[in-house]
Amino acid sequence: MQSFTYERAANAQQAAAAVAARPDAKFISGGTNLLDLMKLEIERPAHLVDISRLPLDRIEETAAGGLRVGAQVRNSDLAADPLVRSRYPMLTQALLAGASGQIRNKASTSGNLLQRTRCPYFYDRHMPCNKREPGSGCAALQGFNRMHAILGTSEACIAVHPSDMAVAMSGLDASIETVSPDGEVRGIPIRDFHRLPGTMPHVETVLDHGEMITAVTLPPPPPGRQVYRKVRDRASYAFALVSVAAIVEKSGDRIRSARIAMGGVAAKPWRATETERGLAGAAAAEGVLNDAAEAALAGAVGHGANDFKIPLAKRTVRHTLATAIKGA
Amino acid sequence: MTETTTSGTRPPETRNGVIGRPIDRIDGPLKVTGNATYAYENVLEGTAYGYVLGAAVAKGRIAEIDTAEAERAPAVLLIMTHRNAPAQPEFGPTVTPTVPEVFTRARPALNSDRVRYYDEPVALVVAETFEAARAAAGLIRVRYDKEPGLYDLTGHKADAYAPKRTNAGFETDSVVGDFESAFTTAPVKIDTTYRTPFEHHNPMEPHATLAAWSGDDLTIHTSAQTLANFRAGVASTLRMPLERVRIVSPFIGGGFGSKLIAHADTILAALAAQVLQRPVKIALTRQQMFANAGHRAEMIQQVRLGADTDGRLTGMAHDVWSATSSFEEYCEQTAVFARSLYAAPNRLTRHRLVPMDINRGEWMRSPGEAPGMLAFECAMDELAERVGVDPIELRIRNEPAQDPEREVPFSTRNLVACMEEGARRFGWERRNPTPGRTREGRKLIGCGMAAAIRPNYIGAAAARVAIDRDGLVTARLDMTDIGTGTYTILTQIAAESLGVPISSIKMELGDSRFPRTAGSGGSWGAASAGSALHDACSVLKERILAAAHSNEASPLRGANATEASFANSEVRIGQRSASLADLIRMTAPDGFEAEGSVAAGATTQSYKAFSQHSYGAHFVEVAVDCDTGEIRMSRMLAVIGAGRILNAKTARSQIIGGMIWGIGAALMEQTVLDPRYGHFVNHDLAEYHVPVNGDVPAMEVVFLEQHDDKANPLGAKGLGELGVCGAGAAVANAIYNATGVRVREFPITLDKVLPALPLIAI
Repeated sequence: MQSFTYERAANAQQAAAAVAARPDAKFISGGTNLLDLMKLEIERPAHLVDISRLPLDRIEETAAGGLRVGAQVRNSDLAADPLVRSRYPMLTQALLAGASGQIRNKASTSGNLLQRTRCPYFYDRHMPCNKREPGSGCAALQGFNRMHAILGTSEACIAVHPSDMAVAMSGLDASIETVSPDGEVRGIPIRDFHRLPGTMPHVETVLDHGEMITAVTLPPPPPGRQVYRKVRDRASYAFALVSVAAIVEKSGDRIRSARIAMGGVAAKPWRATETERGLAGAAAAEGVLNDAAEAALAGAVGHGANDFKIPLAKRTVRHTLATAIKGA
Repeated sequence: MTETTTSGTRPPETRNGVIGRPIDRIDGPLKVTGNATYAYENVLEGTAYGYVLGAAVAKGRIAEIDTAEAERAPAVLLIMTHRNAPAQPEFGPTVTPTVPEVFTRARPALNSDRVRYYDEPVALVVAETFEAARAAAGLIRVRYDKEPGLYDLTGHKADAYAPKRTNAGFETDSVVGDFESAFTTAPVKIDTTYRTPFEHHNPMEPHATLAAWSGDDLTIHTSAQTLANFRAGVASTLRMPLERVRIVSPFIGGGFGSKLIAHADTILAALAAQVLQRPVKIALTRQQMFANAGHRAEMIQQVRLGADTDGRLTGMAHDVWSATSSFEEYCEQTAVFARSLYAAPNRLTRHRLVPMDINRGEWMRSPGEAPGMLAFECAMDELAERVGVDPIELRIRNEPAQDPEREVPFSTRNLVACMEEGARRFGWERRNPTPGRTREGRKLIGCGMAAAIRPNYIGAAAARVAIDRDGLVTARLDMTDIGTGTYTILTQIAAESLGVPISSIKMELGDSRFPRTAGSGGSWGAASAGSALHDACSVLKERILAAAHSNEASPLRGANATEASFANSEVRIGQRSASLADLIRMTAPDGFEAEGSVAAGATTQSYKAFSQHSYGAHFVEVAVDCDTGEIRMSRMLAVIGAGRILNAKTARSQIIGGMIWGIGAALMEQTVLDPRYGHFVNHDLAEYHVPVNGDVPAMEVVFLEQHDDKANPLGAKGLGELGVCGAGAAVANAIYNATGVRVREFPITLDKVLPALPLIAI
């Protein structure tokens, strides 16, 4: 870990300005990911702006009937919030499927969205990695890529985004609220927030340098039953091989609307929007679910050790939709 | 849940009822209050902090190493590389002339520009703080002349060589009868090949050392399992007289065989402390432990079983090909257990090695049985299915009357009793023998079992015990407690022998100034140190009795009965008794002291005349998710025959710890060696999975006690590693029973069963 300077921000706009002022500055909140990366010198910020104590830790109902979740709400608190539990159960399920109790107590909402990939080649400074060191190559492409992406990859990078929370938020059509150093506030739909790797895997979101997340807004809960299903190599404290967030609204024997978001498959939470459209109005029948599972993984490509994720994701989509239908 | 059932004769020294009792570990309060001081927590005035920089290539030479910027970094005191490190002996040959020298040979660090494995230390930075040392290490620039290395076991299997011996000095091969002929003509043949991956020990406490010199004397505070060997290794490397080195290791946060020899933290801390003339503290990081603190090697195992149609073995062969290091051979004794487990007239076991450009493997918990039984006990189930015989019945049909290769009797052996008792308790008769047929909701349910066997050893050990005028007993041994409960069981042994409460015993371990023991390893700690302590207590009692009989001030003077006893803090001779404290105060105001010892088992007649092992039977139920293939444990039972149980609670903890290792080996533990770079890819605890609480089901342990008077004076047999042996195979056999998929490549991750799982209706 390289030495760095540290300041505690007085308010959100000042925090944004403090980071914007220095290209080598970063925000720090829970530090559950950033500090690990700094110890390994994968992240080498020279200045940290601590935003963990800013008054952004409230969960409020919006006029529209949704929820506004402050960027500094801890993962544990968000998971335990009664309104989240009753209206967005999928979000609670996703949060509690992630990390460990200790990490959830520390990790912030905005930090969770911004956590970096767990690709082991990204984590080893001696390995080629276009995300860590642009232009150095991708060791995972021909290497041990069991945990890696099957959708939206590029020749430059096949890393996955490791968050569970973000997958549920994607299914809920969350919007990410930010403030810029000049005080400008904008809302970014979560589907536009994370970038696919393309030729620039080191650029992971659409945020400008110094732009700070202040809140995540959840629209009113969509009708239907919400289910989050995480598949992993051990019962707890493991990243998703694949995960599926599904919401299904039924009308009689038919599906009125459905949403499918997948984790562990891409550099961002992966919404299967075309598949969702196809399900609207379809019969809640086995054949329909099988077809939906196939469609949701259309275009998926394995890289050897992660080939199994394609059938696994299909089976998980199928079963998660079925679970949601049973409860809808 | 634990139960203990005792059969056979009880030894006389159970009359005080202390041995065997499930008392809490006496070091527990120290540990949970943070008052047990571990190596890195020691504080010495003026301590400097070291940080190791590892090589970025797996094979080659350091062409250039630029430390200028690091030397200018704040608070840096020393940067040590091969250019300025104090002279050390050469590493030496790949194989030591004798087995003990494996543990005592010099293990130099930073003594060459040659890189032998990825992340091998290339520099040490010492600074005023840990943070400053780590930051400066990041400023060192190294250029390597890289050389191609070898990292592929499968591709080089044909080039494997036969080592001169396996670990612990076992024969590389064993041949009885004519296996090939027997196999050719056998009515039933199983020829099956299993693969087990690289694995890493990952004790909670990392390898850490605080080294301090006082003149020519070196004190090493570290985390070590066997102090005498460790001390000799340090002395060899630093070319010092043994008596000038002191090793202190009172508390150890797990070792599992990875702390039997000195690693870079120890050698470099000692060297840097010498150069700087101040104490130096170094810990390996978790990531560094994967390359620098041992592993279990990748293996390919072929098991061939020839049998008659009833499943009686006519021949068995166990062939093992294992990765080893190019610069130091380590041959895990993977097929050795098979020499004693089942009867078969024609037998063959062989070990072969493929050298790779990796660090040496080390003794990972249950070396031999852990990987070997994964393969062999699965192969036995393959045979059971082929001949249509219940797996337990198959094993009973192949129960030997004596050791099938050594042709000597077993000291005690209750494998069949363990299996039968386990079957009854587990409800084995309710298992559907047809795989893939039992479903509860969307889970496939399966049950499996496997036998457990582990050799019983005893190592040479000595102990010193003293009693003072208040009746307080102090025992000293260089024995270690690696989290196993050694402090507690040794306290029980002394309390039992001397007839005093455990609160009267002060047990001092983990200092090389104390009498030498065999340390913790090979499941022999309790038997070896315990027997020495038992002997020391007997000598002490003789001295006390001699004084009681003859000292003029003795209240028991002249007692002429031959029967004497120590109980309730009293000495009783015939009808007369006196408090132990009074007796000592009156006869020996300075108290008494005594030493005792036990000889190494290999040198004793009872080890030559008897085949000595601990036994067990594992039973497992698993549930496999039909949709995702996720495998989760439902319940586990182990029935254990390990002689006399010294503490039912710590013994149970040892066994369930081993069973959890079995879960890990079966389901998740695997370190991936990238053949392009020669590095272990998943070198941290986020990516190298060990079981977490959620993976561990309800566990039951039952002990079938037998006093084994051939084993040692205590009648106990080793059990520290027994829980691992066969546990993973029982999991694998349960997965087969659940799914009908026989996975022969460990670990059994969901992707290996998923393709065979039918898509069941929603």
